[in-house]
Amino acid sequence: MQKSLKISFIAHFIILIISSVTLPFLMGRVQAPLVISVDLVQIGDRTNIPYAPKVSDGEKTDKKIKDRVVTGQAPPKIVPKEKPDAVPLPENIKKIKELLEKRQNPVKVEELKKQTSEFEKKEIFDPNKISALIDKSKKDNAEANNKPSLEATQSQQKNIVTSKLTITQEDAIKAQIFKCWNIPIGLPYNENLTVRIKIKLNPDGSLVSSEILDQARMSMTGQTYYKILAESALRAVKLCNPLKVPSSGYEKWKEMQLNFDAKEMLKG
Amino acid sequence: MKYKIFTIFALFFILTVKSFALVSVDITRGNLDPLPTAISDFYLDSKLNDNIKKLQLESKIPELIKNNLSRSGLFFALEKKSFIQKPELAHNKPRFEDWAFIKAQVLVTGKISLEKENRLRVEFKLWDVVSANELSALAFYTAPDNWRRVSHMISDKIYERLTGEKGYFDTRIIYVAESGPKVDRKKRLAIMDQDGFGVKYLTLGNELVLTPRFNPTSQHVTYMSYFKNLPRVYLLNLETGIQDLVGDFPGMTFAPRFSPDGKKIIMSFAQEGNSDIYTMDIKTRIVEKITDHPSIDTSPSYSPDGSYIAFNSDRSGFQQIYTMKSDGSNVKRISFGEGLYGTPVWSPRGDLIAFTKLYRNKFYIGVMRSDGSGERLLTENYYQEAPSWAPNGRVLIFYRETASDSGGRGGGAKLWSIDLTGYNERLIPTPTDASDPSWSGLLSGK
Repeated sequence: MQKSLKISFIAHFIILIISSVTLPFLMGRVQAPLVISVDLVQIGDRTNIPYAPKVSDGEKTDKKIKDRVVTGQAPPKIVPKEKPDAVPLPENIKKIKELLEKRQNPVKVEELKKQTSEFEKKEIFDPNKISALIDKSKKDNAEANNKPSLEATQSQQKNIVTSKLTITQEDAIKAQIFKCWNIPIGLPYNENLTVRIKIKLNPDGSLVSSEILDQARMSMTGQTYYKILAESALRAVKLCNPLKVPSSGYEKWKEMQLNFDAKEMLKG
Repeated sequence: MKYKIFTIFALFFILTVKSFALVSVDITRGNLDPLPTAISDFYLDSKLNDNIKKLQLESKIPELIKNNLSRSGLFFALEKKSFIQKPELAHNKPRFEDWAFIKAQVLVTGKISLEKENRLRVEFKLWDVVSANELSALAFYTAPDNWRRVSHMISDKIYERLTGEKGYFDTRIIYVAESGPKVDRKKRLAIMDQDGFGVKYLTLGNELVLTPRFNPTSQHVTYMSYFKNLPRVYLLNLETGIQDLVGDFPGMTFAPRFSPDGKKIIMSFAQEGNSDIYTMDIKTRIVEKITDHPSIDTSPSYSPDGSYIAFNSDRSGFQQIYTMKSDGSNVKRISFGEGLYGTPVWSPRGDLIAFTKLYRNKFYIGVMRSDGSGERLLTENYYQEAPSWAPNGRVLIFYRETASDSGGRGGGAKLWSIDLTGYNERLIPTPTDASDPSWSGLLSGK
């Protein structure tokens, strides 16, 4: 009796820990610096225009951010998304502003400026660097010019939030798959049809494996549309093999999840 | 024990973290290019007798499928010359590399064998060349003469399996065949397969016929005829050939159409310069007046669920499109663009209404959503009108008249189809001039 009670306690405790570490909203509150980092990364995630020539929207309200963070970057779109691993964005921009004011970090700003100035280069804005910087800032260590490279990539594995591609990298991969994907035009656009495919890649970009994450849905009755979409998505992945991949950062992209969603295209 | 449980949880923890670390990329765009498709010749069973072999169905059926799929604009049929593998081997188990080599993404193979005396078994398989697996396989039993129908049905199956949408190849089109000089034009009702094959004339041309419309659920047609110089709406049973006057109105009835369940006919009735919309139940012959307005209300068309009616009316001063509930209440104007709007037709999918628009002496065929938003003009010409939907709501058929020169030569009316993209416009061949087309439902049912 006592033994099982103990086990139960331990198990509950572990679940608590896991949820406190992995549940995004908790993390956002507990660790303020992470909120910043995630938000910066998600600019790339959300806007397909990697570098807008000028900040057009919300110029007045975002002035402070604009001045401090990046001069030529598109403003973050505050659209909540259903991605399970994404940390929810702060409710309003004010919050970011405050956070930025509080935790202004000269190093970070420098990194970001670099991003805009060296547009064409591939590895301009590396989220690993940011994550590494934050790791350091945690330790109260502000070694400004020490650029982490390989170490950072490895430390990234431990960091659960910032495993993202750069905007350029992501766009390059998207652009390739857009071309390979023949959209089945008869699918309804008012149904929630998103096919998630996990792909594994070799360092040269060739496909090791591709797998539909909701495999069960494929064989369900009444899921014909899903099946057709999934098949077309799988064809796209295979037609795009090998993918042209970034020259570095294999750890980041050796496994990827591709979310195929034709809604916008079908709406026409 | 404790240690074990801890290990399990630790493992779980690590796995969770790992899945969170997966890079996620949203693919929200793709291309709408035609799908590269290889349609192999079918494999003809050697036991078939010579009479059947003479028909050369092993190449005619694939040819017809290829024709259907290419015309849809969604498939790009690859040249037969480039095929490496023999039909028989390909049908049993294709060597996918051979087909991938010629850049095919899907492959169609088939086999024709004898079921019994003068009855064929036509089997087809659809293969995903890229993923190297079979997508579907079906067999049809039929008399050899019926091979065109089978080819259309196979085309529909392929279309549906790859686009997620019902096909429209196993369908027919009814239209008005026009012949003779402009002053003494002969107009006959004619029917043909969707690809223009097998034209049959249903009336002799002694009287003028207009606006034939298919019943979406059966082989009935309603149309307007000037029989004995009285313009009235008639009902024709295609199977028996029996014609019937619809309702006993003391004047001209026109612009008939069936309700989606096929039980009612909705039409206009004109009296003393005013025209209103009426319905008549085909079985009980009960007539109902739907609109009651001093303006001209005409061209009624039901929504696919039967609960709404689109029509055009000049009650605002100019001809515009309106919708109302099927009992005539809740009338709402939905077209607000410049120009005149007419002949609204509700899509079988329910989301769109097709129309003809006259603006600055040009005629347009367009679509808008059923609330009037999202107007899109698909094609523009000198004179064209009367769109009719294919049963899947993706393609429209209409007729277009070309101008004759100053001496009255040239000109004439032909049938055309266009899909919702507005790019895939095709002439549908007819032996004579043609107007007022109407597309049937799928012959093989839903």
